[in-house]
Amino acid sequence: MSEVIVITSGKGGVGKTTTTANVGTGLAKLEKKVVLIDTDIGLRNLDVVMGLENRIVYNLVDVVEGNCRYKQALIKDKRYPNLFLLPSAQTRDKTSVSPEQMKKLVDELREEFDYILLDCPAGIEQGFKNAIAAADRALVVTTPEVSAIRDADRIIGLLEANEIKHINLIVNRIRMDMVKRGDMMSIDDVVEILAIDLIGAVPDDENIVVSTNQGEPLVGDGTLPGKAYLNICNRILGENVPYLDLSNDGFFKKLSKIFKKSNN
Amino acid sequence: MGLKELFFGRKKTSGDYAKDRLKLLLVSDRANCSPDVMEQIKNEIIEVISKYVEIDASGLDIQITQTESEGGHGTVPAIYANIPIKELKSNNAKK
Repeated sequence: MSEVIVITSGKGGVGKTTTTANVGTGLAKLEKKVVLIDTDIGLRNLDVVMGLENRIVYNLVDVVEGNCRYKQALIKDKRYPNLFLLPSAQTRDKTSVSPEQMKKLVDELREEFDYILLDCPAGIEQGFKNAIAAADRALVVTTPEVSAIRDADRIIGLLEANEIKHINLIVNRIRMDMVKRGDMMSIDDVVEILAIDLIGAVPDDENIVVSTNQGEPLVGDGTLPGKAYLNICNRILGENVPYLDLSNDGFFKKLSKIFKKSNN
Repeated sequence: MGLKELFFGRKKTSGDYAKDRLKLLLVSDRANCSPDVMEQIKNEIIEVISKYVEIDASGLDIQITQTESEGGHGTVPAIYANIPIKELKSNNAKK
């Protein structure tokens, strides 16, 4: 049985595309057959984060308009045999696709894939409506900032109004050093405010920038965000995975090691 | 500031401010209650209460906020009003 997941946030720049790339790649690593759809028409980005920008021939609008079959537009990721990307169109706008067309396309893809991930554009207009139209569940990405959380709350309301009941929260770009000194809301604070179930938290980490530079999602590598993303993937599959200690990095890691040594 | 912290506990951090601001913001967002409507509610409350007691209208604070429900089913929205009384007009009206 296939599942269609929309990754959304309301506010731009909180990490929807990075999350889509990593969760999609992670699910493929866990041997699921996955297709990622970039629904941000006019501002295509998932292709570059995935490192597949040079292989685009057809795009989402071509498929919807019947210029090609969806199989012709799908880009196969050479690193993972069961991972595919359906890129967005760069020279069109959000009105090029309707929610009904998205539903029809996704229903076709359900026949072939275990997971269909929809990377939603920022905002709550047409692009958002297209992206959520076919979704069974949603991952709401936010950062521990007032503006991002406010927008996430609005998005959760809209998802519920559209009968998407399975909604999970990803708290992105958390900085435990700031949380510890009280200058950033904690993961618990964000969960309490938004009142939806947490599925993972990802630390603010330089490795994310490096991985985006290289066009290679870091899910499942040894880094802390890589582990955090893989845990999210396992939780999507229904596994009960304990949460990482995100403070376990850099300065604090060294400091705690020193303390542990002196205590032992 | 140090002494104050000693007597009144931990100083409020910027994270605490963010959380408090958000809680209020989201309740009014969710209630779809515009500042105009809030102002109207405030004025009418002043009007009604002023019939019985003399209040300090400039010190009146009214907010939509969240409170623990009495049945213990989590939080529910509530209108919170802090109305400073200057003088009781009649003996019947008690604070």
